[in-house]
Amino acid sequence: MENLINIFVKSIFIDNMVFAYFLGMCSFLAVSKTVKTSTGLGLAVIFVLGITVPVDYLLNEYILKPGALAWLSPKYAEVDLSFLSFIIFIAIIASMVQLVEMIVEKFAPSLYASLGIFLPLIAVNCAILGGSLFMQERDYQSVAEATSFALGSGIGWFLAIVGIAAIREKIKYSNVPAPLRGLGITFIVTGLMAIAFMSFMGIKL
Amino acid sequence: MSEFLSKKSLKLLTDPLNDNNPITVQVLGICSALAVTVKVEPAIVMGISVMVVTAMANLIVSLLRNSIPDRIRIIVQLVIVAALVIIVDQVLKAYAYDVSKQLSVFVGLIITNCIIMGRLEAFALANKPGASFLDGIGNGLGYAVILIIIAVIRELFGAGTITLPGLGELHVVPQAFYDFGYKNNGLVILPPMALIVVGLIIWFQRAKNKGLIESK
Repeated sequence: MENLINIFVKSIFIDNMVFAYFLGMCSFLAVSKTVKTSTGLGLAVIFVLGITVPVDYLLNEYILKPGALAWLSPKYAEVDLSFLSFIIFIAIIASMVQLVEMIVEKFAPSLYASLGIFLPLIAVNCAILGGSLFMQERDYQSVAEATSFALGSGIGWFLAIVGIAAIREKIKYSNVPAPLRGLGITFIVTGLMAIAFMSFMGIKL
Repeated sequence: MSEFLSKKSLKLLTDPLNDNNPITVQVLGICSALAVTVKVEPAIVMGISVMVVTAMANLIVSLLRNSIPDRIRIIVQLVIVAALVIIVDQVLKAYAYDVSKQLSVFVGLIITNCIIMGRLEAFALANKPGASFLDGIGNGLGYAVILIIIAVIRELFGAGTITLPGLGELHVVPQAFYDFGYKNNGLVILPPMALIVVGLIIWFQRAKNKGLIESK
């Protein structure tokens, strides 16, 4: 349990998807103009990460890893399918996003109205695929660990996008030099936020 | 051949270098651009990989553009791109193992690199294969140029060296500087500084190229 909380907090603050690894930057910059829309996208990211990473974990553990097919029959123990992981992960993500979209549309129309337009965007959000690839690289020991990593990363991404959206809403009222307006100042502010997040680096749990 | 490098084709190649740069103007593909720029060598390798994948994906999707059903085109595109990225990943692992270790997950993340999907959607689905291929090369180059500029700035000020493929680490800042008390700036190597460097590049580019300034 302690281990799970450790992974959770670590992936929110210390290994923050946006500030430490720059994942999901495209939508982070494109959608962060108002707090309301960025909250919607942030929630969708938490949701999709929370579903795809555990599924990809199971696939990796029982099909893709070197020797993972041993449960099928001992003669497959030598098989290494890890080179297929990119294509499998992205297929899972794309189909999960499609599935989630259809389920949400059917059973929660109000949630769909606020979240709907962002769901297709998420299939090509690097934070989602990055979550699965980091899960594979860091070799988590159980589904629970992978899930807590996924939820933590999602929440970290959510915090980052809501924070930058709030700042951008305020920046509208200030007098930024013309060539720096818009994209330029957003980059610099994100950099400053990342420096602030680095102060969590020393924390040991 | 003369038609191949006509004015229009040339424009497809050079436009993304400045006026329509994928990173600083179209805001595509930033995710990986920032993470692999601590040293120059991985930045060059990453730039070339993205260029190859963008050009080939553009070519293939453009060839198939009339037979892909509209509703499932995203999945079809993702599968094509993923297959190409697997090839690039295996080639890197075979011939440039150290660099491929440094790039770690970011090779895989080329799949979701917005440059590729963006160009497929915006260009390859509506244009002929030849033009799409050139567009892919051009955008890949525009991406690689920015990546290399960021990497040179970060490595030069952060570590005082420039790492080139085949040449290894070159110590560019002379020892005499250090003897006078010059220090490497450790902050430049850390992730936040990459964002600030991109911000400054955008500032510089837009100050030179007034047409790109955003309206208020």
